[in-house]
Amino acid sequence: MWSFIHKLGSPPWFFRFGGNLVRWLLPVTLILLLVGAFWGLLVAPPDFRQGNSYRIIYIHVPAAVVALAGYYVMALAGAISLIWRIKMADIAMKAAAPVGAVLTGIALVTGAIWGKPTWGTWWVWDARITSMLILFFLYLGVVALFEAYENKAAAAKACAVLSLVGTVNIPIIYKSVDWWYSLHQPASIKFTGESAIDASMMYPLLLMIVAFYGLFAVTVVMNMRAELIWHHRQSSWVRQWAGFE
Amino acid sequence: MHPHRKQRLIWVSLIVVLSSAAIGLVAFALRDNINLFYPPSDVVAGKAPVDRNIRLGGMVVEGSIERSDTSLTTEFWVTDYEASVAVRYTGILPDLFDEGQGVVAEGRLDEAGVLIASQVLAKHDENYMPPEVAAALEGKSKPSLGPVSP
Repeated sequence: MWSFIHKLGSPPWFFRFGGNLVRWLLPVTLILLLVGAFWGLLVAPPDFRQGNSYRIIYIHVPAAVVALAGYYVMALAGAISLIWRIKMADIAMKAAAPVGAVLTGIALVTGAIWGKPTWGTWWVWDARITSMLILFFLYLGVVALFEAYENKAAAAKACAVLSLVGTVNIPIIYKSVDWWYSLHQPASIKFTGESAIDASMMYPLLLMIVAFYGLFAVTVVMNMRAELIWHHRQSSWVRQWAGFE
Repeated sequence: MHPHRKQRLIWVSLIVVLSSAAIGLVAFALRDNINLFYPPSDVVAGKAPVDRNIRLGGMVVEGSIERSDTSLTTEFWVTDYEASVAVRYTGILPDLFDEGQGVVAEGRLDEAGVLIASQVLAKHDENYMPPEVAAALEGKSKPSLGPVSP
């Protein structure tokens, strides 16, 4: 176990391990996405009040769930980078930020598209939507902050602190619909007790959430591999891999 | 653990705990501003300002919708099952607006305590089910739809 964690910090070892991981996780993720999308968009029944417009849930909820979870991944990498000064943690943090930003953006845009016919407005400044917009800016802030420094170690330190401070937003997003009066509805899938969404609609949703987790893992690992090649473009293992030696 | 790393671990924990506490206190102090709307009981109790625009949220009272024959004006009552406020709105209502459904109306209270709304939004609840299931549930039990207290 410990030797595995130590090996993750080795660039050539991680590069190979990540390549093998993507090789099987990418097709599995694509199959899950296709099955989930087919199931959710065509097989699952329409909603009794919204008809077919509710089907945007199969993109909106998985994107939002993984955007929240992905933030913890980024902040955890930031903590590891600050405490243990592991370069691989910096690379993981830098790789996760744009993916999280895109997922948050997808959640915001699909929410607006759904909100117009359902609520009657594209946007409302309620607690859930506003805190989600803050998450979007936090992700973009980490992306921008990485580029703002010449010194990459200083950049990583600043980004790690920013991501750690931002973690307070995640429980706020999650609980915003319970703590305050908001237009956004509370969660339909419940960890304890009966869910407020019918099983025939929930199973494809759960499948899509798993698929989005896979998509996040695949994109982050691919980002990390690209970053590793760039970082170590002078070293012999990259030159060997590229066929220069 | 190496003492340097231990010290950095303490720093990282402090950053998270202190920033969470600070932002938590700010959110607690601003809770009235974070709430999107006032429930009818707050409006009736006079907790909502009368001289400016407010949002009122709750359920549309069953049988309370009155539509004008000559204009787009609609009148209805909004309740949180403790108190009710009348709303008058001229304009196109969202598709999901209906009796017994959640609604958020923005506008100003007139002297009679009627909310003259400039915008009415439908509030969707967390229940998703196929039409057949909804038909089977019809009349058997009513899902709790009221706004939850914070």
